[in-house]
Amino acid sequence: MLSDVALAAALADNLDSAFESLVCGWSQRLYAFSLRMTGRSRDAEELAEETLVQAWRALEGYEPERRRALRVRPWLFQIAANLARNRARSARRNPALSLDAGAGADGQSFSAAAERIADDDPLGAPGAALERQERLDELAALLLTLPEAQRVVVILRHIEGMQYAAIAEVVGEPVGTVKSHASRGVARLRKTLERERVAAAQEA
Amino acid sequence: MSNLRPRVDGLSAARDLLGDLRALGQTPAPSTCVSGTLTRVGLADSYLTIETPLGLVYVAWNERGLSVARRASTNGEFEVEAYALLGRRVFLETEPPRRMEQALREWLAGDRRAPLTFDLRGQTPFMQAALLKAREIPYGEVRPYSWVAREIGHPAAVRAVGTAMARNPVPVFIPCHRVVRADGHLGAYGMGGPESKRIILQAEGLNVAQIESLAASGVRYVSSASGDSYCYPSCHFARSIAPEQVVTFAGEEEAVAAGYIPCDVCRPPLPALAS
Repeated sequence: MLSDVALAAALADNLDSAFESLVCGWSQRLYAFSLRMTGRSRDAEELAEETLVQAWRALEGYEPERRRALRVRPWLFQIAANLARNRARSARRNPALSLDAGAGADGQSFSAAAERIADDDPLGAPGAALERQERLDELAALLLTLPEAQRVVVILRHIEGMQYAAIAEVVGEPVGTVKSHASRGVARLRKTLERERVAAAQEA
Repeated sequence: MSNLRPRVDGLSAARDLLGDLRALGQTPAPSTCVSGTLTRVGLADSYLTIETPLGLVYVAWNERGLSVARRASTNGEFEVEAYALLGRRVFLETEPPRRMEQALREWLAGDRRAPLTFDLRGQTPFMQAALLKAREIPYGEVRPYSWVAREIGHPAAVRAVGTAMARNPVPVFIPCHRVVRADGHLGAYGMGGPESKRIILQAEGLNVAQIESLAASGVRYVSSASGDSYCYPSCHFARSIAPEQVVTFAGEEEAVAAGYIPCDVCRPPLPALAS
């Protein structure tokens, strides 16, 4: 994948072909972000696509010099984060609009993962892989329970691996605030996981 | 010792948590993320296949309309050819919009009200004019290359019209098969040669043999003994004339000399003005 700077330069020089590289290079990351924000693969796909379409519309209106100066990564995630926020807000206001509102995260991932593992690795250790998948599903569901301000930052920091300064650009908050959201978010995840682990140990 | 256990657990749990978070970013995106975005912003077209009188035809389209129609033996072959023609990628639409399929079928059945548009960007203005003119020729009828040339205001550019038809990016749908030689030969056809041209015209209900034999015997126009205008033989007015009423002409001079004027539907030419 092109570096941000190279991609921005390409966008300035030949928008059409550079945008195709942008889409190929960023759609997976935007999808992963959207999936962790919304918890549903269908919503995530729509969100990632809408982010890229909005990016295109904006780029079309920018002068080449503005495209060259673009910090592509934070800019894309800013669009995605705004769209995710608007989507969550309108879903709260009008639950009927979201077809599967209240259904929570995708229920299919666990069994799908189990099948995948069974197919791919019949001689491996499906037990360990299944256990890991279960743990990841639990963590993904837990992420959705974080307050939105913390969730965005935790995802950008720990899933997307962004620097605090760039995250501050995305969410439009001071770096200090961003750091505190990140550490509170992670602490909260850890505490919940710990509590569940203890509960599980007591049951066993 | 007993104090250490929970701390070690705590540290490894912390590492696990951050590692697990990173793993949550590895989810592969559905391939439709790329194709959906590129088609929505107009940097790629979608395509489907549809049954036609010439067999299965690949059809690509975008928001402006149909962009390419081709026969191909595999998806890959079509994708390569469409890219060469359009300079854009095309993606197979696994769930084509029903409205689009419906419109294609109606169009193929000769319904000119079917909501079908064409994306002819990148073609020269002459190409566009010639192709859009060919689109006006009714289902089951044919017109000479010279008719198209005259109608678009370039009466001398008959050969160029032939070239334009040969390069039609959307054959079958823009019916370049309805443009034939004035001497009655069907002429060349890009999508499978003259034999395909005959098949598709016959599928539209045109009696190709009759049109050919009329032309071979020197007939260019027909009219009704009781009427006052002359037509191309495939004009639907001409085809409705009772056999005993049919009058034929070898050229427009002859028809005009006999007191006829050009049909205002199929618009055959007037004689050239004496210079």
